[in-house]
Amino acid sequence: MRKSLEKYYRIDKLPHIWCPGCGHGIITGAVVRAIDNLKLDKDKICIVSGIGCSSRAPGYLNFNTLHTTHGRALAFATGIKLARPDLKVIVLTGDGDCTAIGGNHFIHACRRNIDITTVVFNNSIYGMTSGQYSPMTPLGAYATTAPYGNIDRNFDLCKLAQASGATYVARGTVYHVPQLIKIIEKALQHKGFSVVETLSICPTYFGRKNKLGSPVKMMEMLRDNSITVKAAEKMPREEMVNKIVIGEFFEENAPEYTEEYMKIIQRAQGEE
Amino acid sequence: MTMTSKPRLMQGNEACVEGAIAAGMRFYAGYPITPSTEIAEIAAERLPKVGGKFIQMEDEIASMGAVIGASLAGLKAMTATSGPGFSLKQENIGFACLTEVPCVVVDVQRGGPSTGQPTLPAQGDVMQARWGTHGDHPIITLSPSYVREVFDMTIRAFNLSEKYRVPCILLMDEVVGHLRERVELPDPASIKIINRKRPDLSKIEYYNPYQDYDGDGIPPMVNFGEGVPYHVTGLIHDITGFPSTKPEVTEYLISRLMRKINDNLDEIIDYEKFYTEDSETVVVSFGSTARSVIRAVKILRREGQKVGMLRLKTIWPFPHKAIQELPPTTKNIIVAEMNFGQLIEVVGASAKGRFNVIGLNKYNGELISPDEVIAKVREVNKNA
Amino acid sequence: MSEKNFEIKINEKACKRCGICIAFCPKKVFSSENDKPVVVNPDACTKCKLCEIRCPDFAIVVGGDDDDDK
Repeated sequence: MRKSLEKYYRIDKLPHIWCPGCGHGIITGAVVRAIDNLKLDKDKICIVSGIGCSSRAPGYLNFNTLHTTHGRALAFATGIKLARPDLKVIVLTGDGDCTAIGGNHFIHACRRNIDITTVVFNNSIYGMTSGQYSPMTPLGAYATTAPYGNIDRNFDLCKLAQASGATYVARGTVYHVPQLIKIIEKALQHKGFSVVETLSICPTYFGRKNKLGSPVKMMEMLRDNSITVKAAEKMPREEMVNKIVIGEFFEENAPEYTEEYMKIIQRAQGEE
Repeated sequence: MTMTSKPRLMQGNEACVEGAIAAGMRFYAGYPITPSTEIAEIAAERLPKVGGKFIQMEDEIASMGAVIGASLAGLKAMTATSGPGFSLKQENIGFACLTEVPCVVVDVQRGGPSTGQPTLPAQGDVMQARWGTHGDHPIITLSPSYVREVFDMTIRAFNLSEKYRVPCILLMDEVVGHLRERVELPDPASIKIINRKRPDLSKIEYYNPYQDYDGDGIPPMVNFGEGVPYHVTGLIHDITGFPSTKPEVTEYLISRLMRKINDNLDEIIDYEKFYTEDSETVVVSFGSTARSVIRAVKILRREGQKVGMLRLKTIWPFPHKAIQELPPTTKNIIVAEMNFGQLIEVVGASAKGRFNVIGLNKYNGELISPDEVIAKVREVNKNA
Repeated sequence: MSEKNFEIKINEKACKRCGICIAFCPKKVFSSENDKPVVVNPDACTKCKLCEIRCPDFAIVVGGDDDDDK
């Protein structure tokens, strides 16, 4: 651990519970580096999570941290942010937590454009419960609950976020970490609801079940299959199969929820 | 309390919001559901006027989550619902119990189970208020019978919740929620407000969020964003707030959670006795049902029947002492409730065979009328 | 130790031997010894720090603590 970053971690809680080669540590490190690069006030940061492997991240991070119920991180985070708009609220969540049990909270947080940054640790599987398919598990992939292959079509989380009203939407991977740190920095600086989907790797469950090999092999897949948003625009549809499009998809300035609510307070008090 | 406000006609649900604001509520998250919806509507209008925040969430689960988040961030927070929504909130109510986040949950009861009878009164959520969420947990539940009492009891719900760091359920019913009565509200300066206990950080070297510094079972609370970062989790945790699976840590936490309520029963429990001194039969009741019981008891007393009433204002923790301290003249207890028989189970356990415990139950969407209470008392006294 | 006067520190207690640093170092600075990363070619290191930011276990520091971590 780099000395200058130690203050952001609860060093005594490390090593973390994640398996060898799990990408979640890489994402957690990227979040910390983004916070450090922006010199955000540590005491004003709240990190909120739900349940699952990803949601254990806040326990290792030395901020106001809240490990909530499964899928509900954004609901709790919304309460914190509306109660204390001066706090920087970051939600760390997984693909199952965010898009299955928490799917409704996710689209509504997008719609409200409340100033929260959500980093989705997408490892395409439920890791904590040892390998069931999630709404982000690719079609045809195997999982303990999809022993004959997954027939559920997976979400495109970035399209979902954009369609739901999120005002900053980007995707990164645990291979492309310098870009990921930059994306998270932009998300943290963005006023409004920002979503960073990050493709992680789960060598233990998703990897084994789908015979993808070592963590290194899974990282190579991220490297070899990723293309930038710009490159994807020029690429014929048939070549896009199994490609991971990374980069910034969408950014817009729109009224932010807690600021709009402050106007409500002014309006209500002016009427009296 | 001195009365300063002009008498006005007020609905129970409105009195709930006024009481909450008087208690210091500055955050409300909710989802529309009959017969509680007026609480959300009035909160939406009233809260921004006092600088508070209202949000209509996407569902009941989210409402409960937002309330806990807001309370952790330092605002007194409330949500209101009815049976189906109360069911949905339960997991997060358990989270608030374990993480000791003060909050008030109003359940304006309607007929159940399932969608049941949205517009009709019932008292079928008595057991859900106690055991709706899984696992052993502390909870406080209050039940008002009058509109003015809704106001006072909502304040009390906030005070108890803040003092003991426990969710407090205000168990109303459709009748009390929708009833309009003439009320005079107290002078705000005369209202006793309790705020969560805060640590003296100058005397504490390292703040442990779940340490029982004062020996009363209630850890002092720092709000998020006050410069003292700490971890909150719904997992069983030690005094530092971090997860533990150690048997001694688990046992200590659960017993402390129960102890902070069980050691303070006299303060938490409140009830009203009416003509019980020489009663042969006592009618135990709560909420809107108690209104019919009072009328019935008055009529029966004029006839010379030795009947009294015990009106429970605190349902949970259950006032066992109130049952056990009924005078030696008492032979029969009638438990009047708008359900198939829920509270009677607890009254029976409390009576330990000393009294005949008889149910007066109605579960057809109609109130228990004074006439029905009168008939039941006459029947019981005749058989006795 | 490198002649370039900076260190590549690997925290062996934290390392879970996933092999990511070894595989993706652009200059092949690391080698594997029983799956453990060992610095074998320090002079080739350009301080790109990809190994450090890609380490899932926060086990690698390149360039010393006061080195600008960008």
